[in-house]
Amino acid sequence: MKSQTLTRAELFEDVHNELGLPRQECAAIVERTLDLVVEALERGDTVKLSGFGVFQVREKNARVGRNPKTGKPAAIDPRKVISFRASQIVKARVDAGTHE
Amino acid sequence: MLKSELIERLASEYPHLTQKDVERAVNLILESMISTLEKGGRVELRGFGALSVRSRPARAGRNPRTGESVKVPAKHVPFFKSGKELRERLNLTGDDNAE
Repeated sequence: MKSQTLTRAELFEDVHNELGLPRQECAAIVERTLDLVVEALERGDTVKLSGFGVFQVREKNARVGRNPKTGKPAAIDPRKVISFRASQIVKARVDAGTHE
Repeated sequence: MLKSELIERLASEYPHLTQKDVERAVNLILESMISTLEKGGRVELRGFGALSVRSRPARAGRNPRTGESVKVPAKHVPFFKSGKELRERLNLTGDDNAE
């Protein structure tokens, strides 16, 4: 199993090959797609991409944590985090694909 | 926001593209990510986040209805870690600008 990393460059190329539009425009479309997801999450919106998964903003309460290096207690402010739940289809494909 | 809403929005910003083409682009982006994970690879999108595959060891689970113990086999699951920039953008408040 060859481990590969997918980055923007490959996505630009994929869209370019699929739509046959100029590379620069394909790059802009990919970028804008990601950005629209980020903007929705910034508004606190849940992003549901059918056949892929759900991105959701979750609020974390303030708590006292610890600096793992020094062991000293440190206050952690309330914050928002993203949780991603892959769709059943994606879970099944990932599990099947990586078990071979 | 649903995928259909994302596609509509993109299509309105790229009026010279058909909605069908925008839909193909969005589906292709998602499909490329899935097939990379399927091959055991990872997806790295700076500013957005990274998707990777994590392995979960086999464990003894329980059938919640009957209480019976069942073996849950080891599996691989997709995992998303948000990027630094996304985390920062989520947590921006007025007084953060002072930093």
